[in-house]
Amino acid sequence: MRTANVRTIVVWTLVALVAAAGWSVLALARGENVSAAWMVAAALGSYAIAYRFYSKFIAYKVLKVDATRATPAERLDNGIDYHPTDRRVLLGHHFAAIAGAGPLVGPVLAAQMGYLPGTIWIIVGVIFAGAVQDMVVLFFSTRRDGRSLGQMAREEIGPFGGAAALLATFAIMIILLGVLALVIVNALASSPWGTFSIGMTIPIALLMGFYLRVLRPGRVSEVSLIGVALLLLALVAGRWVAESSWADTFTLAPSTLVIWLVAYGFIASILPVWTLLAPRDYLSTFMKIGTIALLAIGVIVALPDLKMPAVTDFAKHGNGPVFAGSLFPFVFITIACGALSGFHSLISSGTTPKMIQKETQIRMIGYGSMLMESSVAIMALVAASIIDPGLYFAMNAPAGAIGTTVQNASQVVTSWGYHISPADLAQAAKNVDEASLLSRTGGAPTLAVGVSEIFAKVTGGSLRAFWYHFAIMFEALFILTALDAGTRVGRFMLQDMLGNVYRPFRNVSWKPGLALTSALVCALWGYFLWVGVHEPLGGINQLFPIFGISNQLLAAVALAVCTTLLVKSGRLKWAWITGIPLAWDATVTLTASWQKVFSSDPKVGFFKQRSVFQDAIDAGKVLPPAKNMDDMHTVVTNSTVDGVLSAILAVLVVVVIADALRVCVRHVRRPALSTLSETPYVESKIVAPAGLIPTRKEKEEARARDVVGAQAGD
Amino acid sequence: MWSVLRRATSGVRWYVRELTDESAYERYVAHVCRDHPDAEVPDRRAFERMRTERQEADPRQGFRCC
Repeated sequence: MRTANVRTIVVWTLVALVAAAGWSVLALARGENVSAAWMVAAALGSYAIAYRFYSKFIAYKVLKVDATRATPAERLDNGIDYHPTDRRVLLGHHFAAIAGAGPLVGPVLAAQMGYLPGTIWIIVGVIFAGAVQDMVVLFFSTRRDGRSLGQMAREEIGPFGGAAALLATFAIMIILLGVLALVIVNALASSPWGTFSIGMTIPIALLMGFYLRVLRPGRVSEVSLIGVALLLLALVAGRWVAESSWADTFTLAPSTLVIWLVAYGFIASILPVWTLLAPRDYLSTFMKIGTIALLAIGVIVALPDLKMPAVTDFAKHGNGPVFAGSLFPFVFITIACGALSGFHSLISSGTTPKMIQKETQIRMIGYGSMLMESSVAIMALVAASIIDPGLYFAMNAPAGAIGTTVQNASQVVTSWGYHISPADLAQAAKNVDEASLLSRTGGAPTLAVGVSEIFAKVTGGSLRAFWYHFAIMFEALFILTALDAGTRVGRFMLQDMLGNVYRPFRNVSWKPGLALTSALVCALWGYFLWVGVHEPLGGINQLFPIFGISNQLLAAVALAVCTTLLVKSGRLKWAWITGIPLAWDATVTLTASWQKVFSSDPKVGFFKQRSVFQDAIDAGKVLPPAKNMDDMHTVVTNSTVDGVLSAILAVLVVVVIADALRVCVRHVRRPALSTLSETPYVESKIVAPAGLIPTRKEKEEARARDVVGAQAGD
Repeated sequence: MWSVLRRATSGVRWYVRELTDESAYERYVAHVCRDHPDAEVPDRRAFERMRTERQEADPRQGFRCC
């Protein structure tokens, strides 16, 4: 038996103590402000232990990653999309691909229940579900030449389950785009500074695209530096514009922004990739990694106090203004990406498996990146919890609940038990150079206020407004990129589906088909965006739960595929590794769907909501927060659409899970009937370390290879 | 002291070039020379065009998450 040395035992005991201390203070402290340091300690300590022990166990005992087996990158190396990539570079790639607006927005909204439920789910969820899903999907996709999740579902579960998975993915993509666009609209509405600087990113991207295409092809670093410099200039110039006579031109109403965004999404998605998408992607990746690094430093240096209570009354009664519903299941739905995100399975079964050098690196790339993503979610939760709770609720409650004046908002928020004076509300808006912060729902503005608070602690208060708009720009930038890229992916799926009906659609470069499918995809997410903006009950309040549910349902599909593959590949004993997260995720998500469809509380259940408002219309009454009959009809239509959609999504996922279960049971009973489409073993010739830092043994192997290479070489 | 600094900057440069895929062309040229010695090597402009066209054809390449 292997015995651990004393140093290892001491080090890991200390790490465990740090994590335990963090958790104890977070859980037990009441009535006084807790420092964010404890949250950081609980998170980092738990991540370290999970990575060292659980991910190692999964990699070597369950998946049995094989260092001698060649990966698709090695076997199919074509120098372009299949090529063995250095593990540190791929970690950066994979992290940049999975991190986006999701982990930043979800935790901010979930803070309405206090910081504790969110912290627990982000950390426990990532360790046992999210990171496991990313890693196991990456493993199975690597063993299948980088097959996508949809292809794996079709091949390993069956055409029926596969089709349901594809349809669910498409629907989820549309909702995602609609909700992300809504976040942007809420952040940019009547904000000339924000609108101007985001608008400027379009000419900047076009310039960068021209530079890369015509002037100096492929010089990405230099053009990115130019782009980032111009971007910061646009950010500073935003203030001048906001204070000049041009301000009115850039002060746009939400409904105007909707039209601009849909038009942008359509035009950007039919333009060639090099004009907007590629350069924008470079910009947003630079900004994303830079800002996340800055934020991590800011949180560690400033170590601010958390002002939000550990658990609010809304958690106990389920009547919160940000999103309706009780702690279970809605906290787990709202914190989508930071703990468990179905979307990551699309990345883990997309680009990354084609680039991974060694199977042994799957642990670091799959599990490690997801831990990093989770720490981003923790930072977002810190940012939301350090601002005054009164301000938090005034920013995140829909206008229908708190009214449109600071007096009214102060009164309502104080009646919820979070005192904030009208003067403080006005001052908070003035601090960041915004006309008003009331009902700036969607998470991005709240995050920006929190980020500006953290950064202002380090750089001084005079830069607060700059940091606020910096944070808005940072989120808007990659949401706009996501709109463009997501429309293209949605279009690609639609072309594929329509190709079955009318052949020319299959040809992805057939121009009429391209324009038509692009328009269709934009119209679909544009519909949700429009609905979200005009929803009297608050767009985020109504739509964010559907977004969260759909993301978690996609995770259920991914976990169902993983569990089926574990069973079919002779790992039945270990099927619980993804089976338990699947059971939990399915319980949470289907409960949430059930409540969204059938709940008798009109704040939660869409159909109950519909009937309450329909009855009022029949009786000729107008129910608040609707202001007139038109509003009443809007509510009825929207809640019908939302309810039907929630039901369809849930049914699709139940179909996938049932089909997966059928395949598993059949395999256990009659293993001979099932086929496993794993690519055959080929011996690897690459020698590379498994983890970030090479072990002594790995260094020796690399040295030995160099010696052999020198002898064998000419 | 200087050598440490030089190594650090060249390390950062390497990392940024790899992460942004600026090094894609050199990698491709090396690949063609090694595995298909008889094939013609495209110039950088043509190569970069080919790369964006591939992304155009399958937008799932390099897709970003929420």
